[in-house]
Amino acid sequence: MGQVRILVGTAKGAFVLTSDEDRTDWRVEGPHFGGWQVMHLKGSPVDPDRIYASVWTDWHGQVIHRSDDGGRSWETVGNEFAYEGETGTHQWYDGTPHPWDFKRVWHLEPSLTDADTVFAGVEDAALFKSTDGGASWSELSGLRRHDTGGIWQPGAGGLCLHTVVIDPTRPERMYVAISAAGAFRTEDGGETWDVITNGLRSEYIPDPGAEVGHCVHRIAIHPSRPETLFMQKHWDVCRSDDAGDEWREVSGDLPVDFGFPIVVNANEPETIYVVPIKSDGEHYPPEGRLRVFRSRTGGGSWEALTDGLPQENYFNNVLRGAMSVDTLDPCGIYFGGTGGEVFGSADGGDHWTCIAAHLPRVLSVEAQVVP
Amino acid sequence: MIHEPSTPADAGEGSPGRPGGSESSGSPGAACRIRVAIPVQLRALAGIEPEVTVVVEDGGLEPPTIRRLLDALEGMHPGLRGTIRHGDTGDRRAYMRYFAGTEDLSHDSPDAPLPEDVASGDEAFRIVGAIAGG
Repeated sequence: MGQVRILVGTAKGAFVLTSDEDRTDWRVEGPHFGGWQVMHLKGSPVDPDRIYASVWTDWHGQVIHRSDDGGRSWETVGNEFAYEGETGTHQWYDGTPHPWDFKRVWHLEPSLTDADTVFAGVEDAALFKSTDGGASWSELSGLRRHDTGGIWQPGAGGLCLHTVVIDPTRPERMYVAISAAGAFRTEDGGETWDVITNGLRSEYIPDPGAEVGHCVHRIAIHPSRPETLFMQKHWDVCRSDDAGDEWREVSGDLPVDFGFPIVVNANEPETIYVVPIKSDGEHYPPEGRLRVFRSRTGGGSWEALTDGLPQENYFNNVLRGAMSVDTLDPCGIYFGGTGGEVFGSADGGDHWTCIAAHLPRVLSVEAQVVP
Repeated sequence: MIHEPSTPADAGEGSPGRPGGSESSGSPGAACRIRVAIPVQLRALAGIEPEVTVVVEDGGLEPPTIRRLLDALEGMHPGLRGTIRHGDTGDRRAYMRYFAGTEDLSHDSPDAPLPEDVASGDEAFRIVGAIAGG
């Protein structure tokens, strides 16, 4: 029997939760990197014991760690993220020009085919690539040099590239999301990029249908239908069935369509999950009831999943990187809250249990199935 | 807090890399052994004690400087690169401070000589994180 491993990044360290495939009894190990903000950890699909971790503090800046034994031990690797060439400016919150300045790595996306290749989405927004296991990093500068780069503006969390999605059927196609610039697609492994925001509307910006300026919170795909993208935006849940060329809103009957994460069931490509949050000013669920909403129709029609989740006095948030699925059948769904709890469901969301509690603020959750 | 001096095992051996450092004669036996107090997060990161001894081989002709001391420290513990100074510019990170006793060296030129009592090992060079978090 295999093992399910949940990699949890928190504001004060990383935790590794493990269970057998029954997913009923969980062991919590950690913290690793105690005291450091662990923005994201993710394992290689090629070698699940190869895990990359982005670790950061205001004091000491960015550190990248790598494990080759499933998170039991770690080594520091390269932490030099140098933008290529003249960096120029993007827009600051007030619209004035602001120099590009590296702050931290939000997202690490290992290659689907090579354990030593990994992509890093960073703040200020840019995409880096390592082909030597994280020892050195090179910018894929075509993204930052996109014609619109000079007018990208930060969201509340900074000008961060927080989502990297690789098309499993043609890995040279990737998608990234940037707050608050929008979504972009490359067809050539990151050399050139197109904006993919047609159909998005964001009433909170001066031109709701603008090419850039949309605060995209997360993009998810199912490996069997890589042309279909699901998006949780600042407000609105959206989908595209043509690799991002056109988007349409599928918020449907959600009680509120603001939120951060979105994931797709590993076995049902039209079954998606979101965690509605009351508003952009109130980062907690409506009525203090923690509800995951599931749509079995790829959006439009949604059902609340509450069994095992707190239904009163829950006033935490679930961040964009803090929800993940495993690849078992039935699919396991996992998410962490800013109150330090991690919830899991071993039956596609019908029933939930708290599998870890009293952790620091959860920043990221990634599920792995290890043979 | 007073930290116990490090063990001899903490002392650097060989000639650490020193990009940007000044030249030295490198004559044997003339190296300075400088005590460096490490902030708590970096001890865990590098797997080192609260205080380490860093060898700066200046040959006795040129006094050791902050830059050469940190070059040598990072040569001993490469995982510290970028965590005290920015890796690209070598500038001190905003939330890091340097002290010799109570003397603030944070705004000294990185190429200025270290105080004599630091260079002699009588006083530790303290790398201190700014107080933040309430």
